[in-house]
Amino acid sequence: MVQVTDSTTREPGTTREAEQPRSPVARFGPDRPLRLDAGVDLAPFQIAYQTYGTLNAARSNAVLVCHALTGDQHVANVHPVTGKPGWWETMVGPGRPIDTERYFVICSNVVGGCMGTTGPASINPQTGQPWALGLPVITVRDMVRAQAMLLDHLGIDSLFAVLGGSMGGMQVLQWAASYPHRVFAALPIATGARHSAQNIAFHEVGRQAVMADPEWRGGNYLVEGTNPRRGLAVARMGAHITYLSDAALHRKFGRRLQDRDNPTFSFDADFQVESYLRHQGISFVERFDANSYLYLTRAMDYFDLAADYGGVLAHAFKGSKTRVCVISFTSDWLFPTSESRAVVHALNAAGVPVSFAEIESDKGHDAFLLDEPEFFAIVRGFLEGAARLRGLER
Amino acid sequence: MLAQTKRDLTMAEVVRDPAGARVDLLLVAAMVERGARVLDVGCGDGELLKLLRDERDVDGRGIELSREGVNECVAKGLAVIQGDADTDLADYPDDAFDYVILSQTLQATRQPRVVLEQMLRIGRRAIVSFPNFGHWRIRLQILFGGRMPSTDNLPHTWYDTPNIHFCTIKDFRDLCDVAGIRLERAVALDAWGKPLRLTAPWWFWNLFGEQAVFLLSRKS
Repeated sequence: MVQVTDSTTREPGTTREAEQPRSPVARFGPDRPLRLDAGVDLAPFQIAYQTYGTLNAARSNAVLVCHALTGDQHVANVHPVTGKPGWWETMVGPGRPIDTERYFVICSNVVGGCMGTTGPASINPQTGQPWALGLPVITVRDMVRAQAMLLDHLGIDSLFAVLGGSMGGMQVLQWAASYPHRVFAALPIATGARHSAQNIAFHEVGRQAVMADPEWRGGNYLVEGTNPRRGLAVARMGAHITYLSDAALHRKFGRRLQDRDNPTFSFDADFQVESYLRHQGISFVERFDANSYLYLTRAMDYFDLAADYGGVLAHAFKGSKTRVCVISFTSDWLFPTSESRAVVHALNAAGVPVSFAEIESDKGHDAFLLDEPEFFAIVRGFLEGAARLRGLER
Repeated sequence: MLAQTKRDLTMAEVVRDPAGARVDLLLVAAMVERGARVLDVGCGDGELLKLLRDERDVDGRGIELSREGVNECVAKGLAVIQGDADTDLADYPDDAFDYVILSQTLQATRQPRVVLEQMLRIGRRAIVSFPNFGHWRIRLQILFGGRMPSTDNLPHTWYDTPNIHFCTIKDFRDLCDVAGIRLERAVALDAWGKPLRLTAPWWFWNLFGEQAVFLLSRKS
């Protein structure tokens, strides 16, 4: 068991959720290991997930939502740790584009995460200690393989749709490549078929910030009763800038000062933007495990779908009948439209029916999580068109 | 010489108009074989693609420049991507489609000849419809008005028009000759959207045709 530690320096939320999530859990024993790309089997392991709506008799209305790097399975319900609304409640719910009165929506915590699916904060049954860095490196394909096992567990043979943004979009592309016969429609949003050098570079800065925190203790902070909260907060602050845009930051904060009329001539958070970033960093460490952050950023870095198919992305989608709708945002500089176009190009070359829309927004990469009416209309319209073809009644 | 009467237009198909669709679109649709793979370049709000899907069981794709157009198409369940006819056709593999359609868009491309050649590279056949700048009303407007023509179909002023490469029916035939493109069929529509007599001579079409629809293929 995990050692009891001083609760003032530890997050009661994340570690408890990692082992005892407030979500349904699918447990896979030694007879059903997860085959990892790292070349080892992970067993036993578990997947924490949420579902919304009702699976129809034909089992044809299931929608899988894939979450991004710091998301989790709580897509449309109040978050058990933060008490905040689900991260995509504007998209998923009754009457929303992903209508839970019509579709059976599943969202599971990814492998390597910290909200109940096996990850570095989970207990390694062999040692009785948290896995920490003993967990094999996880890939996006591993995450998707685990999700496919969850669907088997739920008795769902084929998905009506799979969708997600950013790292979630990577999973969507991997789904379309690995299990084309199990996916009727796919929406990769604000994503790419590989992580760019610039994105790997940003992630490396974040990981170094975590590892430079003396409380990280080589990853053994859970056992040693410390918490690399400063390192993780800095990592989050840096990453958060990449999720926004110059225009969005300027509109939101400009050069305005925080609760003061003049600069203090100190390194206090004089500017509103500094105060905002500090808040983002601090609130993030309340709900996220530092080692999970290392594993999941690594999974994104390793993602290069074309590389698995002889360097030709089109080969990843050969013969696929899945309908795909690729969506990007004009001000997203983390996954710019050119990355989406490369995916569209490959899908076209493979003869896959693909739609592509670029949404005008100045909110940067985060736009896919925000209220963008045009984006919502496209997701709704695409799903309705696909539902007609699938024979899903209203 | 053009095989102008190679196959009679199935006028029944043209006249039967379930959704009140535009005659030029129905004409284009009548040229497309059932169940064909079609790329509509400059598909606008998807009216033609929807017609082809619903009436001719076509596996249709579209490219559209305007964001609004793309979004309307996707919301209709059509497979449409945002893109530019002048640059993005190069991304498609050879012979990917049975038909590549350019409906009322040729005159807005920067390089009409390149676009046409790309269309016939990625499709076995191409269907092109365009407004005929040789129509008598346009000729009269220039002759007597002394200004760039403006009609109901072409309402733009010269300084804000997206149409930068107007041509007449004769001009288009000349381009096909130069580019080594075979004209399989052609139809001209009068100002009321009615097809002109197939036996009429070219000068007649060029004078009284307000729009033209051509079915093209590669000369091999």
